[in-house]
Amino acid sequence: MVGSALACALGSNSATSSLRVLVLDREGPTEVTSPSSNVPDLRVSTVTPASVQLLQSVGAWEHIAPPRSAAFQHMQVWDEGGNGYVRYSAAQVGRDNMGYVAENRVLQTALMRRLKDLKNITLLWPASLEALTLPSYALEAHEGPGTNSLAELRLAHGQTCKARLVVGADGARSRTRQLADLRTFSWSYHQRGIVATVRTQQPNDTAWQRFLHTGPLALLPVRDGYSNIVWSTSLQQASALEKASPHEFALAVNEALRGGFPPARNPLLPMRSAEEFAAPPAVFAVEETQQRSFPLACAGAGRYVRPRLALVGDAAHVVHPLAGQGVNLGFGDVRTLADALTHAVETGRDVGELGLLEDMYEQPRQRENGIMMVALDSLKRVFAPQSGVLASFRGLGLDIINGTPALKSSIMKYAMG
Amino acid sequence: MGRFVQTATTLQAFAAPQNPVISDGVQTSWVSRKNSQTSGYSSTASSGLHNRDANAKEGPAMGSSISAAEVRKFEELAKDWWDPDGSSAPLHSMNPIRTHFTRDALCLCFGRESRSPQPLQGLTILDVGCGGGLFSEALARLGASVTGIDASQAGIFVAREHARADPLIHERTTYRNITAEQAVEEGLQFDAVVASEVIEHVENVPAFCNSLAALTKDSGAVIISTINRTPASYAVAIVGAEYIAQVVPKGTHDWSRFITPDELSHLMEGVGLPQVSISGMFMNPVTRKWSLINDVGVNYIAYFKRKISVPV
Repeated sequence: MVGSALACALGSNSATSSLRVLVLDREGPTEVTSPSSNVPDLRVSTVTPASVQLLQSVGAWEHIAPPRSAAFQHMQVWDEGGNGYVRYSAAQVGRDNMGYVAENRVLQTALMRRLKDLKNITLLWPASLEALTLPSYALEAHEGPGTNSLAELRLAHGQTCKARLVVGADGARSRTRQLADLRTFSWSYHQRGIVATVRTQQPNDTAWQRFLHTGPLALLPVRDGYSNIVWSTSLQQASALEKASPHEFALAVNEALRGGFPPARNPLLPMRSAEEFAAPPAVFAVEETQQRSFPLACAGAGRYVRPRLALVGDAAHVVHPLAGQGVNLGFGDVRTLADALTHAVETGRDVGELGLLEDMYEQPRQRENGIMMVALDSLKRVFAPQSGVLASFRGLGLDIINGTPALKSSIMKYAMG
Repeated sequence: MGRFVQTATTLQAFAAPQNPVISDGVQTSWVSRKNSQTSGYSSTASSGLHNRDANAKEGPAMGSSISAAEVRKFEELAKDWWDPDGSSAPLHSMNPIRTHFTRDALCLCFGRESRSPQPLQGLTILDVGCGGGLFSEALARLGASVTGIDASQAGIFVAREHARADPLIHERTTYRNITAEQAVEEGLQFDAVVASEVIEHVENVPAFCNSLAALTKDSGAVIISTINRTPASYAVAIVGAEYIAQVVPKGTHDWSRFITPDELSHLMEGVGLPQVSISGMFMNPVTRKWSLINDVGVNYIAYFKRKISVPV
């Protein structure tokens, strides 16, 4: 997804359209037959306005826009233990919506479709990377090929090719990253995420997120009145939830989302925003669907680049799915890398030059992605323990955010990219 | 998402960027690179000046007479030359900005669209004092056929070695160990001549300007970048760069040899190349990023256009 977005970005810009781009894909294009006729796929992404802009600029958005995806106008975050809540509305920052929720396969299909129209891009599949030879770092080069020798790739069927730049967009368990010998750090949350497709009682235009004792539960509107559940919880509960029937699962979701008391006003805080707490809708199971689970982790590569190589998207960083930011960080990588390559083409620089990749891609992205990784991780940690004192501080924190329009809108703008 | 993208600038030297090219099967061209290079490359060096075998005529031969120890010394130097943090660090950081100025000037001169992918395509450029080929390579990537000349055998060795790794650069560059005067004697002429960070090292500046003029075709362009002779340039280029920051080796520059923009434009005007535009170049000492500025007090770059010479 992120890889094809980069290819589309390079093909859509007049400067970089002089680059010859080869896209290697393990599976090849997946054709979605009339997406609105069937139940949405489980794997969805929240697409922020900044990502929408990228998708528009590469000409893929028209195949993603509603009715293929759903816009949401509100976002509400609240707490099971404390009393705090925050409710954001697009109208507050003068926007039509706060973002969209789109199925990953819809994003993939739209990008792939666009990719086929671009003349400087060739798609090769099925292809898998067998070996990768990269030039050495400038300072270690005592012998062997020069520091600017081209990268050499060998594919599974023995085909080889050379490139000035190899971009690894092959996901969390990136083969490219492994072959390039770039180290990663990671930590597991000892939790799993459960995803499911449900229907809601009333039409849903809000991204709901409740922090439960065991982890956050999100309810996102997808297309055609369907919604998506992402429920992060303990391994034990996850296993029980995964085994449950769709109906039992829907009951558990309703209990988790709507159980207990709604947050009350905090009498200690005089300033109140106009945004009142809203009760989330009840959910219903969808026939012939089944919830699935996946492990939760946070991971990152120490370096995103080396001579003639750059990692983008999940190959460079995996974040907690709690705010649906993963794909948006990937699209952020795409924007920055495409800009760096445009600069390179316009000033006659080698697109695989380490200095270019470091200054114009790695540095800005590590800063940006690092902020998001730490923010999501600490949010996760703050919400994890449920002792009374911490919970009430947290509630107070949410109240302060909700009651302080400036703070609230700056957080919103950040989250919306 | 099991996929990764491989980006490769087109290896066929003159496969036009907008050209829907690839039809003849990208598969074949990347599986067997060599074929695509030789078949895809059509020589645009119609002037006949761009002859790769011209090496034979060169002064200090780079062939068998050179000892293995010398070669090793050059190889070490090559690594340093192209090391962005090495002794030519300021040239590395300056390279995008001087390329930017040169691209825009040449596009203006030859009626090209500077934002198009290969704006200098088909132009022949002479890079006088090319050193390790830093500037030559950038101009070649913008589409030009570049001949780099340098009096230093080591520089030419480095430039050739570096170009060898990249087929596109290899096809579009020719490096020769000759001086500008030797090039004039051979009767070479180019669409554009660039002399970047060179003139401040030249013994006889008027004679050098004469050579630049002789090497430039009618209506062609000359681009010169150098350092001004002002108190500010003394502070920045000698005290700052050589002694404090030590980004260039001590003794690299002799301030009294620096030339002011007025002196330069006067000299160039005298050899039939009036100045069209000039810009200051400023390096932010913290980020080491260069930008084009109006103030020409320290580093500057100027564009001169040759008047059509009317035979009398």
